[in-house]
Amino acid sequence: MAIPLGLGNSYYLNVLVFVGIHSLITIGLSLLMGYAGQISLGQAAFFGLGAYTSGILSTKFGVSPWLALLAAIFVTGGIAFLIGAPALKLKGHYLAMATLAFGYIVYIIFNQASSLTGGPSGFGQIPRFKLGNFLFKTDVHYYYLVWILVIIALLISLNITHSRVGRALRSIHAGELTANVMGVNTAKYKIQIFVLSAVYASVAGSLYAHFITFLNPSPFGFHFSIVLVTMVVVGGVASVWGAMVGAALLTILPEYLRAFQDYDILIYGSILLLIMVFLPKGLFVGIFDLVKKRKNRQ
Amino acid sequence: MSLGSQLLQYLFTGITLGTIYGMVALGFNIIYSSTGIINLAQGEFVMLGGMMMIYLTTIIKLPMVVGFFLSILIVALMGALFERGAIHPLKDPSVVTLIIITIAASILFKGGAMFAWGKETFSLPAFSGEEPVRVLGATILPQTLWILGIMAATVVFLIFFFGFTLTGKAMRACAANRTAASLVGINVKTMVLLSFALSAAIGATAGIIIAPIALMDYNRGTMLAVKGFSVAVLGGLGSNVGAVVAGFVIGIMESLGAGFVSSGYKDAIALVVLLLVLFIKPGGLLGSREKGEFKKF
Amino acid sequence: MGPILRIEKLEKSFGGVTAVDGIDFEVNPHQIKALIGPNGAGKTTIFNLISGIYPLTSGTIRFKGQKINGLKSYVIAEKGVSRTFQNVQLFENMSVLENVMVGRHCRTRSGLFAAILNSKKTRAEERRIREYSLEMLSFVGLEAKRNEAASSLVFQQQKLLEFARALATEPELILLDEPVAGLSVPETDEMVQLIYRIREIGITILLVEHDMGMVMEVSEEVVVLNSGQVIAEGTPRQVQNNEAVITAYLGKRETENASYTKS
Repeated sequence: MAIPLGLGNSYYLNVLVFVGIHSLITIGLSLLMGYAGQISLGQAAFFGLGAYTSGILSTKFGVSPWLALLAAIFVTGGIAFLIGAPALKLKGHYLAMATLAFGYIVYIIFNQASSLTGGPSGFGQIPRFKLGNFLFKTDVHYYYLVWILVIIALLISLNITHSRVGRALRSIHAGELTANVMGVNTAKYKIQIFVLSAVYASVAGSLYAHFITFLNPSPFGFHFSIVLVTMVVVGGVASVWGAMVGAALLTILPEYLRAFQDYDILIYGSILLLIMVFLPKGLFVGIFDLVKKRKNRQ
Repeated sequence: MSLGSQLLQYLFTGITLGTIYGMVALGFNIIYSSTGIINLAQGEFVMLGGMMMIYLTTIIKLPMVVGFFLSILIVALMGALFERGAIHPLKDPSVVTLIIITIAASILFKGGAMFAWGKETFSLPAFSGEEPVRVLGATILPQTLWILGIMAATVVFLIFFFGFTLTGKAMRACAANRTAASLVGINVKTMVLLSFALSAAIGATAGIIIAPIALMDYNRGTMLAVKGFSVAVLGGLGSNVGAVVAGFVIGIMESLGAGFVSSGYKDAIALVVLLLVLFIKPGGLLGSREKGEFKKF
Repeated sequence: MGPILRIEKLEKSFGGVTAVDGIDFEVNPHQIKALIGPNGAGKTTIFNLISGIYPLTSGTIRFKGQKINGLKSYVIAEKGVSRTFQNVQLFENMSVLENVMVGRHCRTRSGLFAAILNSKKTRAEERRIREYSLEMLSFVGLEAKRNEAASSLVFQQQKLLEFARALATEPELILLDEPVAGLSVPETDEMVQLIYRIREIGITILLVEHDMGMVMEVSEEVVVLNSGQVIAEGTPRQVQNNEAVITAYLGKRETENASYTKS
């Protein structure tokens, strides 16, 4: 009797862990896309860089997972800075393609640099997080770990959006040239928020690596970058809450679509298309608007 | 094989690749020039063209010539449908919206292809036989000659279309100044529709001619789109001459890189070139700084 | 102090088109000076060059004696030059108050880390930003609308909001690009009073306008441009009577074009 219940719970917890990991990434991405109005089609690369850096440091170099996570933040953040500084001078499609190209290059490197990354088959034996003698092993442990970090990320993001920096980001979105003329150093803020979003993704990647304990390149390609953008767009680009809703929806939905294993791609595409054509502000904000309109009519 | 013939071999491969990339780039240019949109689904038209041709000729057993033109027509129709269904209804879309919509469309095309034809790779028999021709110690497949020939025919057609037909000139007018074009009586909406259809047709042509050499599967489109975009940007977005030249440049670089450096990283070559061009001279080799700035939709 | 703004041999070409063809003029502190000229004379181009929106082809722009051409726009704002735009450029995704608060950006410091930690010092600065911005809104008379969406304002209010935002940057020189374009006669009257009040608090004003009556009323000195060159400079009276100006721009009789009369 207890076993099916135990299994059931563990399964839901497992899904929730992934919702949390995905939320971490989408919260960061929504700051970049929603507030600053930029776009990244390569966010999966930062997720992967976090995961691989964490994984490699802790397996090949015996670094403690916590330190590995920290190191991954610096590595990923550093790479984000190096790519962001020139890329964010670009606008619109050019920026999108630059991030796409970057994402693909990273994916190719994961596949080709076999001595470091294990190539397409990857590597395993990644140690779990440890706090003293306590090992973060089960879904329950991880559930708490991940969601504590998500809450911290959320608080950080909310603080940013309500601050002078948040206003600067929104002014960039509204009119970058005007913002500049009114005294906002737009280049600096764009780069900062790009790096921050990469850091969020990196933390998520490290969490993923030390949870699954093995890594291969396949979750870190263009496909996942698009899934991430879909999550942000579906939830509502200009809202960190929406980002979480999107992450939740698009992490849970595929579980129900298990039967349609390969066709999830079709469903993502359709969802994206429908939302962009009919509710471009995303579900969260779009439904909010619709409710407001109903209220105004009464 | 001597170094000289090896080099020549890579050159031939590079030219073949370059032709395809150039044609994808031409497709990008057509839509971009008329509308300012960059159609990230461009690669899927290539894939669909190849797949459709394979289906029509090997499964339905239509003759090659019929299959060729029918495939192009069908894919052109898909391009038109895409424009009507996903682009036309938009009201003043932001750049991000457009990007996401074209990505969504590419996903749908990919999914549709997977649904219709499964995940295996397919091949098409070469147009005129498999016997390679020996040239100076290297070999050329007859298909390569077809590829070059059809590409040349396409370029000639485009030059004729845009330079000498009323419709083509009307499309150029839309590209130069949308408002002015509509004021002189050009139906801009029809031109936009046409540009998508034409772009799809060109993509399809590329897919058909490369299918005998490259093998087609539902997933082939994305990488082609990214490389095609690289070529378009390198040549200067909107410049057709640039697209053709840049296509050869990147095709040859990729072939040489795969041969002499590492074949695993070969896909990265076009991508790195793209980043370098975007970071250093977004206007491309033949474009100007101002042309490099994003055109208004 | 010498002139607050000095334009020396300014030239700007866009590809083959020369928009500004060797322009020299100065603006003295606390002055209200106007740039006028037919459409295409180069007036807004000059404003955009001063704001650093695009680079000049040759020449120098000096603000308080210091060369500012070649500097990034936000640095120029920090130095004390602000402006309004011909086509109102508000931040439509923000409220009226938030628009003005963005203007405070170059006078405040809290960066990303400060935002994340949200310390007492940061919150105090945020309060100060808010208070100052509210003062600017009162100054232009928009305080009541502070929490409304910027896009919901009527045209005149939008222009006033642009003023408030520009004032929030604490400028010493403010460039007004067609401040009364599209306004009715009583609205223009109010705007003129606002311009006087801006000068009263010590800010120098350089404006571009087409409404001749308003320009002649409000400015102490006028620079007349045509085809990228200065064709006359002087007091409104002097400029009105200048042959070249009349020929190029004002038409036969100056009273035919005065659409604003002092009430």
